[in-house]
Parts: sequence; C-alpha cells; structure tokens
Amino acid sequence: MSPHATASRRAARHHGGRVPVAIVIVGLILTMILALALLAPWIAPADPTRQVLMMRLKPPGTLTASGQIYLLGTDDLGRDLLSRILFGAQVSLMVATLSVLVSTLVGVTLGMIAAWFRGWIEVAVMRLVDIMLSIPAVLLAVLTVAVLGPGFFKLILVLGLTRWPRYTRVAFGQTLQIATLPYVKAAELAGAGAARILLRHILPNIAGPLLIIATAEFGLMILFEAGLSFLGLGIQPPAPSWGSIMSVGRQYVERAWWIVAFPGGCLFLVVFAVNVLGDWLRDRLDPKARVR
Amino acid sequence: MLRYVAGRLLQAIIAVFGVLTIVFTVMRFSGDPTLLLVPEGASPESIDALRTELGFDRPVIVQYIDYLRSLSHLDFGVSVVQRIPAFDIVASRIPYTVLLATGALVIAVGVGIPVGIAMAVWRGGWLERLLAAVVLTGQSMPTFLSSILLILVFGVMLGWLPTSGAGDLKALVMPSIALGALSMSTFARMARIAIVDELGKDYVRAGRARGLSLPGIVWRHVLRNAAIPVVTIAALEIGNLLAGAVIVETVFAWPGIGQLAIQSIQSRDFLVVQVIVLLISFVYVATSLLADVMYAFIDPRIRLAG
Repeated sequence: MSPHATASRRAARHHGGRVPVAIVIVGLILTMILALALLAPWIAPADPTRQVLMMRLKPPGTLTASGQIYLLGTDDLGRDLLSRILFGAQVSLMVATLSVLVSTLVGVTLGMIAAWFRGWIEVAVMRLVDIMLSIPAVLLAVLTVAVLGPGFFKLILVLGLTRWPRYTRVAFGQTLQIATLPYVKAAELAGAGAARILLRHILPNIAGPLLIIATAEFGLMILFEAGLSFLGLGIQPPAPSWGSIMSVGRQYVERAWWIVAFPGGCLFLVVFAVNVLGDWLRDRLDPKARVR
Repeated sequence: MLRYVAGRLLQAIIAVFGVLTIVFTVMRFSGDPTLLLVPEGASPESIDALRTELGFDRPVIVQYIDYLRSLSHLDFGVSVVQRIPAFDIVASRIPYTVLLATGALVIAVGVGIPVGIAMAVWRGGWLERLLAAVVLTGQSMPTFLSSILLILVFGVMLGWLPTSGAGDLKALVMPSIALGALSMSTFARMARIAIVDELGKDYVRAGRARGLSLPGIVWRHVLRNAAIPVVTIAALEIGNLLAGAVIVETVFAWPGIGQLAIQSIQSRDFLVVQVIVLLISFVYVATSLLADVMYAFIDPRIRLAG
C-alpha cells in the first residue's frame, strides 16, 4: 500500500461516518459522465463518424447555415467533436470496465487457489506474478497489441491479461490470513469443498482490499486505453475514442486547440475522480493504510 | 549479506528468463511469427524462404532453445526491414532516451522531494492541501495530455520552446517535464510518508524539547534518515520512466527508443520491437535488484529479516 494524503482523508476522519463533500462531488462527476456515455446515442447532436468536409476544424460554437450548432467545434474531417467525445466516453468506460473484470477474475482466482493449495501451485503462480511485474505493463501491452493487431475485444483481453498480477498478490496474502481463522476450519470440518469455502466463506471477506485495487486499476485502464489508442494501437478510426481523437488533435494543435483540449479534459476529470474515490475507499476499508 | 544478495540475484535471473519466455510466447500469439517480419505485399515464396531462413519451420522448443542461445551472446537477429542487426538500430537511439530519462528524473526529484518535504513539515495546513491537489493532478494527468498542453502553451502560444525534435538543449525541457510529472508525484508522496514516519520518532521529540526548531531538525537529522526509502524509489522509477518514454517521445518526435518502438511497429520491424521490450525489461529488473541490494546494505534489518 502506498498511502498518500488528500484533503478527503482528513475530512473522512473529522466527520466520522459521513461521506465528505469532495467524495459527493467526485461521485456526481462520475455518475454524470457515465450517464452521458450511456445516453450518447440519444443526446449526441450528430453521427460521430459523419464527415462534413466543408466544416473542417471549426471552432467551438460554430453555427451552420441550416441552424445546426457545433458546440465543441469539429475535427479535421468536419465531424462533430461533442458527438465523438460522447461516443468516445462509451468506448473508454466499456474498455476499462471489461478489462478490470477480466484481470480481477484471472488475478483473484489464481491468488486464492495459490493460497489455498500452497505447494508447487503457490510457487508457480507467485513466480509468474513476479515475472509479469518485472515487465513494464505499458510495454507488454504495446507489444501484444502490435502482434495481435488492434481491435476492441483484443484490447480488453490484452489489458486484462497484463494487469492481473496485482490482484493475485492481494488475494493471495488475504486468503492466507483468512484461511487460518477458526470459522474456515469449521467449514472444512463440516465437509465443505475448496470451491465452496473459497467462494462462500473467503471471497466476501477479502472483497474490500480487492475493491481498492480494482478502483485504482480502473483509472489506470482508462489511461492505458487512451494511451494505446493515442499511439494508434487501440480503438481504430473511424470509431471514436478519447485517445484517438487526441492523436488527431496533436497534429492540429497549432490551429485547433479544441480537438485536444475537450477529450483531454474529460479524460483528466474521470481519472482524477476515480483516484480521489480510490484514496477515500482505501482509507475507509483499510485502516492499516492510514497515515498517522 | 552475501546470502541475501545471492538470493535476490537468483530471483532476478529467474525474472529475466521469465521475461524472455513471455516475449517469445507473445511473438507467437499470432500463429506464424514469419508474417510479423515480412514486408507488406511479400510473395508466398519469399515468406516461405524467410520462414526457413529464420528457422520458424522448426518445432517451437527447438526455436526457444535457439532463441535463448542467440540472446546469450547478444545476437538479437537481423532486422528484416533494414537488413542490419536489430540491436545496432536500437543502440543508436539509446543516448537520446538516456538523456530524456535523466532530464525527467532531475525534474521529478528536484520538484517532487521538496514538495514532499513541505507537505510533511506543514502537515494539516493549507499548503499541504494545495500541494496534495497538485500531486493528485500530476498523478491523474495522462502523459500525452500534459505533453500536448505543454506544446500548446509554451510552443504554440508563447513560442518559447521547440515543439518537436532533438536539436538543442531547449528541446529537452518540455519532454522532460511531461515524462517527469508522474514520477514527481510518486517522489512527493514517498518523501512525505518517509518524513512523517520519522517525525513521529523520539529523537525528533527530544530535539524539540531542547528547543530546536522543527525545520532545523528536519534539515539536519530527519532528511538523512528519510532518504533511504526515497533512494530506492528512485531506482524503481527509472524503469517506469523508460516505459513512459514510448508516449512522450512519440508526441515530441524525440528520436529515442520509445519513438523507435512505435515506428518499428508501424513498419512491421518486430525484431527491433522485441529488442526494445527486452532491453527496458532488463533495466527494470536490474534497477529493482539494485534498489533491494542498496536498501539491504544501508538498513541491516532488511537482510536479517529476510
């Protein structure tokens, strides 16, 4: 654990059980972005892939002759930036959610099995974890995507399968602790099998620390997806993704700042909110991580 | 001490083998690695010829042993695209990345540690709250966003700094800041924790009781003790900086190995990509080994407990 202070931590302690204001605000921001992403097909003013070459690189607030307004301007192919950002939010959140699910599933399963059966399974799994953690994750993802080729599901698979070791470490350590408790022994004596004990009796008790990891990873996954798409290795054009919109924006940054600024702002806001939320969750769920 | 170092060294060697194996496996994910290496539009005959030339038609286990044997005498293969050894292509770019990583480390340490010290000394005050927000911002800002924002402000609007290339020292400023920002947050957080930890100890209270000022105690005694965990983080951060260079170098057209990795993926020069991934992973393993050994050397409790 790497505890670090935020205003929210002190707030959480001063107000006892109440949820601090900062967390409420952050929660609202995330809920709003999630709602906007889900409602994108209905609220987006235009088709995110429709090109109007007459309307290339128009600044925010441009009005057309027919009365349509480009609230956030247009990109290099005359596509409505607001619509692209809304649909891009769907992509970002979807990739992050699914890849976190994949890595949680793989990581927690391996960690719990290693801790329960010990022996050579433990050695094999934990060695693999050490090895996986000694390759920088960004690099492994870049290499794997480059070999497999880009694509929505491949991206999720790559992100999910490069990021499981952190869950394994936590699930392993926690399961080891819980497994020695009398109630687990009692369940074992009562004839419960390994699968039943792990799922029914141990998993609920180690869910807190896993949730902390998953929250932090969710923010990271959003950054990874955006980064890979930015490098041209993630979501492929014409489908919108915050990262790929920004990589177009990089080329036109001298003439059209808005193409980078708006998706970049959204990306920052989401990751910032998730990080604040993650810090707060860690303080609430893991008293050991609290700094004096 | 020797036992600890030997054990840790063995771990590092296992990690290196693991990395080699994972990279070998990933390169075969697509089924036929030959297809990764041929230029686009190659004829089936030339693909077959290349497959035989590179030995991809042999059993996987033979290929694996052969792969380890070539790597053991630093033979990383010859780039199919450029027809020169892949390692030479990478080696010519290494100085640029080292320069960039050094710049980033200077920024990260130079800003991050004073910020961490200030946060620890003025704990609970408005300054800590402000700096905590700055640190969290640095942590949440994707590198490519901060890079482009820097370009927008200092390159386009103010026109102070060049937006791309590696012409002179001025060109190094923005990429270093962009790459160093995330590490800066890590250093600030770690320095803060280390110092807060020290401030709770008896010698600090004793010093206060004798009438020494808190900044004086921090400057003369606390920093020295808090330096140990921070130094080891510095070693670990080097690996992260190299990995982060992939994005920063692409945005700023900085001719280091990160930009080379992306260019090589685009030109389907996978042997070069493989060299870069292996190289950065080795540095990663080596620096974390170095960090652990250094830590054990400075603090006997670590090696005795292990």
